[in-house]
Parts: sequence; structure tokens; C-alpha cells
Amino acid sequence: MRRSMQVRVVGPLQWVIYPALIAMAATLLLATPVELFGLKLPEPVLPMVLAFAWPLIRPSMTAPAVLFGLGVFLDMFWGGTLGLWPLCLLAIYAVVLGSRNLLAGQETQVLFVWYATCTLGAFLLAYLVVSLHAGHAPSLLALLGQVIPTLLFFPIADWMVRRFDDGDVLFR
Amino acid sequence: MAFRDGPFDQFKVPLVWTAAVVVVVALIASVLLILVDRRHDADADGYGPVRAGIDAGAGPLNGIFAAPVRWAGAASDYFGGYFFAVSENRRLKKELEELQPWRDQAIALKNVNARYEAMLGLRTEPVVTLATARAVSESRGPFAKSFLLDAGSDKGIRIGNPVITEQGLVGRIVGVTGGVSRMLLLTDVASRTPVLIDRTDARALLTGDGSGNPKLEFVRGVGAVQAGDRVLTSGDGGGFPRGVPIGVAARGIDGSWRVKLFSDRGAIDYVRIMLFQDFSQLVATDALNAAPLAGLATAPAPSATQAAAIGDAAARRARTPAAAGPGSARPQAAPTRSGPTVPSTATQVPAPPTAAPPVPVPAGGGAA
Repeated sequence: MRRSMQVRVVGPLQWVIYPALIAMAATLLLATPVELFGLKLPEPVLPMVLAFAWPLIRPSMTAPAVLFGLGVFLDMFWGGTLGLWPLCLLAIYAVVLGSRNLLAGQETQVLFVWYATCTLGAFLLAYLVVSLHAGHAPSLLALLGQVIPTLLFFPIADWMVRRFDDGDVLFR
Repeated sequence: MAFRDGPFDQFKVPLVWTAAVVVVVALIASVLLILVDRRHDADADGYGPVRAGIDAGAGPLNGIFAAPVRWAGAASDYFGGYFFAVSENRRLKKELEELQPWRDQAIALKNVNARYEAMLGLRTEPVVTLATARAVSESRGPFAKSFLLDAGSDKGIRIGNPVITEQGLVGRIVGVTGGVSRMLLLTDVASRTPVLIDRTDARALLTGDGSGNPKLEFVRGVGAVQAGDRVLTSGDGGGFPRGVPIGVAARGIDGSWRVKLFSDRGAIDYVRIMLFQDFSQLVATDALNAAPLAGLATAPAPSATQAAAIGDAAARRARTPAAAGPGSARPQAAPTRSGPTVPSTATQVPAPPTAAPPVPVPAGGGAA
């Protein structure tokens, strides 16, 4: 008796499109105006997780294009400066893509240091752009209020790298 | 010859290169977007159709997410009110006793104020109508602080309208679609609001920086601000009505003057949009810019006869003895309507009639 063997194909839909849609949905959900005991929901920049994980999973033409779209969505949805988040997200993508050979197969701690460095660099870039554009520097304390929740989402990036790295037989 | 049999049959572009090309193109597009962004423009054109479309889609969607939160809050208030009714009643009675003398004073002052306005013939601001809306979405990051409200142009809301809660001013409208509008908070890094200090009437500019307490900048005068001073809108520039409460002044950690916002006393849930129009739009600017102001720059050049008369008068004035002191009576020429008068040195530049210096006329009454 011949048994049929199923081959699971991990394409861009699985590692690019679905995570992007989840990030958009989570951003929408976290924008709900909730205030409990004077505390509000955090507002992390969730696509930064994807900007770090995608170039480590594999180089792709789709990923930066989707990242650009996600950045424009953030600018539009949050009512910020148009082009700000695409620039920052693609800056992370470019840095990680350039250092891909260095980061491949590294320990989680090393990846976190890189993630934190890239995230802080992207926020610094956003800080400079907004300062120049608005003619006024934003508060550093307010900046920390967005940097820290974004850093806390590193486990998702780490999970994605381990889940999808070499998931496609074409890249083995 | 087929392509695969040619010299490119083994040619493969590495994926990293193709990805890098897309990254570079997207980076250039991002920079261009930043350069052409017109978010801070006060006109409706600055709020593009894409932004309006995303707001129109996100507003109802976030309204669904916000509904359970609102129901939970209402249920919590209901049970809290039930269990704490006695203490609440005592507190309200005490507050009522304190407020009754204030009410009497307010009625008396309103009456006196109306009398003064009538006697002085002051042109007071028209009554501002209000539209109520609900906050459905919030962005609270350091680079953008705004709310989406579930009311738009269908309720008469326009860009620039101030938004208040029961506590005081919270922001202004920066984008409007049919049923959704975007409110920029006072704390946004792009927010600038002209304010006054209630105690000293000093003017300042309330500047948001993404933190909870916006800065007071360009404070005029020494000792104009003290901790605890009430800060109100000044109405300068016509964007806001005068006297809307904002908060109290306080020293920040960095030593700068900041404002503790009244709107922080409660959650921003239901808001009221003041359908206030910039009063500078209410006057007819065309009428203001018409003659005689417009005529100042287009006064005709003097005719030959007028030029001769001007030259003659100027020559006579030059010959007038300087002994005529400031106390001496000097005959003044009546301003002529026949044409402009210019000094003798001014040759070809025509001056406006009202701006011309008076030309002395000798007793003989020299005529041109």
C-alpha cells in the first residue's frame, strides 16, 4: 500500500503576509482607548519585530515591500509624519540584511543585543526626523514609554527566526 | 538560440542583492514621503484622501473594540455608585454648599458684564455651538498623540475646531471625513496653542512634546507665572475662543514651566467639539483690502501743474527764515485733494495724500 506523503510548503504567505496582518490587527487592538487606574495600554511598534526577523529568516523582495506598507499604515493610523515608520523599519531591515551572515545561528542573547541595538537606532532616527519636522524635540521619557514595550516583544522575533529559518526546502 | 543556451544560462542574481534593491527603493520613497508630508498644514488639502480613507475605515473598527471597554466601565460605575452612594451623597452636598455662593456671584457678574458690554458697544463673540462625539481610537506614542472621534463633517465639524471635555480643552481637529474626525491632543509634538495666565494676563505658547505635561514657552514678563496659576486659551490668532480652561502651571523636572492639564483628571471618552470659526474668517477681507488702502500703492504721479506747484511751495519753504521758532504761529496749508504733495527733493516718487507733510504757504498766498 502506497502512503501519500504531504510536503508542507512554507511560503511568503506564512512568514510574511500572516505575521504582517497579525501585527496590524494587534496595533488596532492596542489603540483601544482604555484607561484603568490611570494606566493606558502600551503602544509598541510591533512591525519592528518583523523588520528584525524577516531578513534573518531569508532575504526576500516581498518582505521589504510589505514592511514599507506596514510603515505607511502606522503613519496613517497613528496620524504621524508620513514616511517616518517606513524609514525606520527599512533601516532595521537593511542593517540586519547586511549583517545576516554574522547573525546566522547565533545564540538568543546575541540576537537580543542586536535587536535592542537596532530598535534603539531606529527610535533615535525617528526622534531626529520628528525633531526636524516638528521643530521641537519630543520628550525622552515619552520615548522610553514606547521603546521598552517594543523591546519586550523580542521573544516573538526569536520564535519566528527559529520557526521559519530554513523552513522552505529551497533554502536548505 | 534559446536564452538558456546563451551566456546567461548560469547567471543568477543573489537574493540578498534583489532584496537590497527593494530596500533602497523603499528607503528613497520613505524619505520623499517625509519631505512632501503636509500633516501640520491647517487646510483640508493637507489631510489627504488616503489618510481620510484609513481614518474612515479604522474608526468604526476601533469603535467595535472600544464598545466592550465602555460597557465594562459603565457596569463598574453602576456598581460603584450603588455601593458608595452614601459617601458620594455627602461629598456632593458639601460641594453644593461651597458652590452656591459662587453661583450667586456668577449671576451678579454676568449681569454687570452684560451692562458694560452694552454701554461700551463691544462686539462680543457669537455663541459657540457644540457637537458631541466619542473617542474610538487613541495613538499615545511620543511622536503622535491623537484620537479618532466618531463624528465628522456630517455634524458640521471642520478642521481647526477646538475639542473640550467637561474638564477643559484637550485638543483640536486636524482631519475630518464623513463620519470620523481626528483630534490632535495638546500634548502632541506638533501642537502649539496660544494661552494666557489668568492671574497676570501674560501671554505664552503651550507647546506639546509628547509627554503628559506640555511646556509653556515664550512667556512674556518677569514673574508672569507662578506655580498653581490657571492657564486659559488666549484666543490670539483666532484659532480658539478666549478663556477655555487648560490647566495649572507647574515646574517641570528640567526647570521649565509646564502645564498640568485639567483633562488628565478623567479618561477622554466623550468629548465636545466646539464648532468655532476663526473670527478672522468672519470679516470680509476683500472689503478691508479695498480702497483707500489699496489706493496707497497706486497713487497717480503728479501732473506737470501739480509738480510745479509742489516745487514752488518747497522752494518757498526752503527760503523761510529759520527764525520762526516752534512757538511761532505758522500758517498751515489745508490738505489739498487735487493731488499728492511731495517734498522738493522727492522727484518722481509719488506719496500718498495723507502721508504728505504739511506745506507752509506764505502770507501772500502764492498760487500755482
